[in-house]
Amino acid sequence: MSVAKRTFDAVIVGAGGAGLRAALQLSEAGLKTAVLTKVFPTRSHTVAAQGGVAASLGNSTEDNWHWHMYDTVKGSDWLGDQDAIEFMCRKANEVVVELEHYGMPFDRTDNGKIYQRPFGGHSQNYGQAPVSRSCAAADRTGHAMLHALYQRNVRANTQFFVEWMALDLIRDADGDVLGVTALEMETGEVCIFHAKATIFATGGAGRIYYSSTNAFINTGDGVGMAARAGIPLEDMEFWQFHPTGVAGAGVLITEGVRGEGGILRNASGERFMERYAPNLKDLASRDVVSRAMTTEINEGRGCGPDKDYVLLDITHLAPETIMKRLPGIREISIQFAGVDPIKEPIPVVPTCHYQMGGIPTNYKGQVVVPKDGEPNSPVAGFYAAGECACASVHGANRLGTNSLLDLLVFGKSAGETVVEDIAVGNLSLKPLPADAADASLARIARLEGQTNGESVHEVGLAMRRTMQKHAGVFRFDGLLKEGVTAILEVAERAQRTEIKDKSKVWNTARVEALELDNLIEVAKATMISAEARKESRGAHVRDDAPDTPEFPNGRNDNEWLKHTLWYRDGNRLDYKPVTLKPLSHDVDPIALAKRTY
Amino acid sequence: MTIDRKRVLWQCRRALLELDLVLARFLERDFDRLDEETLADLEDLLRCEDHELWAMVNGSAPCAKERWRGVLGLLRQS
Ligand SMILES: Cc1cc2nc3c(=O)[nH]c(=O)nc-3n(C[C@H](O)[C@H](O)[C@H](O)COP(=O)(O)OP(=O)(O)OC[C@H]3O[C@@H](n4cnc5c(N)ncnc54)[C@H](O)[C@@H]3O)c2cc1C
Repeated sequence: MSVAKRTFDAVIVGAGGAGLRAALQLSEAGLKTAVLTKVFPTRSHTVAAQGGVAASLGNSTEDNWHWHMYDTVKGSDWLGDQDAIEFMCRKANEVVVELEHYGMPFDRTDNGKIYQRPFGGHSQNYGQAPVSRSCAAADRTGHAMLHALYQRNVRANTQFFVEWMALDLIRDADGDVLGVTALEMETGEVCIFHAKATIFATGGAGRIYYSSTNAFINTGDGVGMAARAGIPLEDMEFWQFHPTGVAGAGVLITEGVRGEGGILRNASGERFMERYAPNLKDLASRDVVSRAMTTEINEGRGCGPDKDYVLLDITHLAPETIMKRLPGIREISIQFAGVDPIKEPIPVVPTCHYQMGGIPTNYKGQVVVPKDGEPNSPVAGFYAAGECACASVHGANRLGTNSLLDLLVFGKSAGETVVEDIAVGNLSLKPLPADAADASLARIARLEGQTNGESVHEVGLAMRRTMQKHAGVFRFDGLLKEGVTAILEVAERAQRTEIKDKSKVWNTARVEALELDNLIEVAKATMISAEARKESRGAHVRDDAPDTPEFPNGRNDNEWLKHTLWYRDGNRLDYKPVTLKPLSHDVDPIALAKRTY
Repeated sequence: MTIDRKRVLWQCRRALLELDLVLARFLERDFDRLDEETLADLEDLLRCEDHELWAMVNGSAPCAKERWRGVLGLLRQS
């Protein structure tokens, strides 16, 4: 079957913050750039980001990038690569000010500078006191960011392919990446996007969990495509559970609420975070707060008839503060929890929020894999940025507001690297292999022909329940082992999904089936990587790896200070070293220490 | 399902989980019985930005176009 082909200098999959920032770099350099997106760009999930973007501008309190770097390394529980972390923290002011110049309407201080507020895990002077580092545009930071970037891209002639779903990565016999296959929803046709460079910016896969803050669109497509194409996935056992999802619905209550003075309380009204994190209290790092909440609930101090949530209290704040600084929180709370937070505290539970792992990249945005004894060997033509990528700056735990920063810095960096690689002649348009579209066509044909198959909805539900039960905030050896068997069974079922609607045009059932193919790869990678990591670190906390003098917080640096790599083929695991050396030789490494707040 | 209806269905994929949750309930309960005119109103409403749409659904912003009133009423019940 012949498949139509389009040719570009670069094809970017994803039009969220990372994709748009990368695209801008390419289009402004005059490269012919295509951006594919499942939904209209400004409907990407980045729109949901409320809290802000981190940069050590020091507008509200004294600050500098060394402190930010320290916080990020410590936040990552030392699993983050220090070269990439230095790069990100040093570039933060530049990319935020750039955004300001693109017209991003940041909140202002009285003297006209960007207003900054405190956020969990960010501190002054190496953990001494909270710092105001988050730059926000009211509670619409992500929305404002996407709009500023989108307008700028339109001006730079970026070509958008809206409501196109990328299906598979195209690699040739050398393993080089030559583009993607994609499905146009309006026609149902598959097309090849052939390019010198391919950048993945497809966002996270938070929908693998039953309880999630992520919108339905976050199905981990880029991560799934990479895995099917033989690229290993890095550190997939690390998922951040946001402390404050509305109980029962998942909808996120931003950490900004605690930044403005919100307090977590248990059933007896106690401010329990004082016991777990005496210095930063309610503003401690997310994993610390999530675990404290889970402990309160597990030990019977939860609230409500089933004692299965805790309360986020802002009733002591002036209603004007709530309206002005946290406007959206009230509506969410009324709609999904049935309480007005001005009068009553909000029921909250830790909820799956952010994927720390992903497609392995370096600080230049190049996708890197082990090859010939070199653990980080670039895959020619392949780049990734944003939540789908693992640079790795977040390591075992991401700090709030560092993700919007990550996608600006590494989106831009990936773009710059592509421009450079093309300029020096490292990238050319290699000929497409004859079977470039075969894998995608076979997946679609399989769906078309499937009879007596499984319902996409049911298999998806089984996956989400399995992940929630077996790989949640606290992890247990027995549950993880059972989880591996269970998720592999679900994966078997996912190979037999059937859709009743076999039409081509706007077939959303087909899209959802193809999305499930991606989610299930992420779920397998997560469960298998988590079962194998026998220590506690950051967001991965095992009951059988408790806090002891020999292993503080259950962390075992001798054996486990290394990145996991999961290969889809045979569910094989490999490991590679963490980069403990910063990028510049005049920057001291942040020495290993116990992580306390 | 008509092609128009299927196209509108995909427009219900949003950036905010808030809207996904409200729309999912609405789709299950009301979508199949919408007449052509209401369907067109819905498609027009779905062209809004997510935050605008969410504000109208939760009542913090007034309905900005007369033709959305009916379908917004349905969404608010969801
Ligand atoms: C509720 C919420 C609040 C948050 N608040 C903050 C915050 O305050 N600060 C912060 O730093 N971080 C925050 N985060 C995290 C942050 O928003 C995300 O990590 C970040 O926006 C991800 O951006 P991205 O560009 O990587 O992906 P996204 O914005 O998710 O974009 C992904 C893009 O890829 C496209 N796509 C996906 N698959 C395909 C495919 N197969 N074919 C074609 N296109 C595809 C989508 O259409 C979309 O355009 C928050 C997250 C959530 C859920």
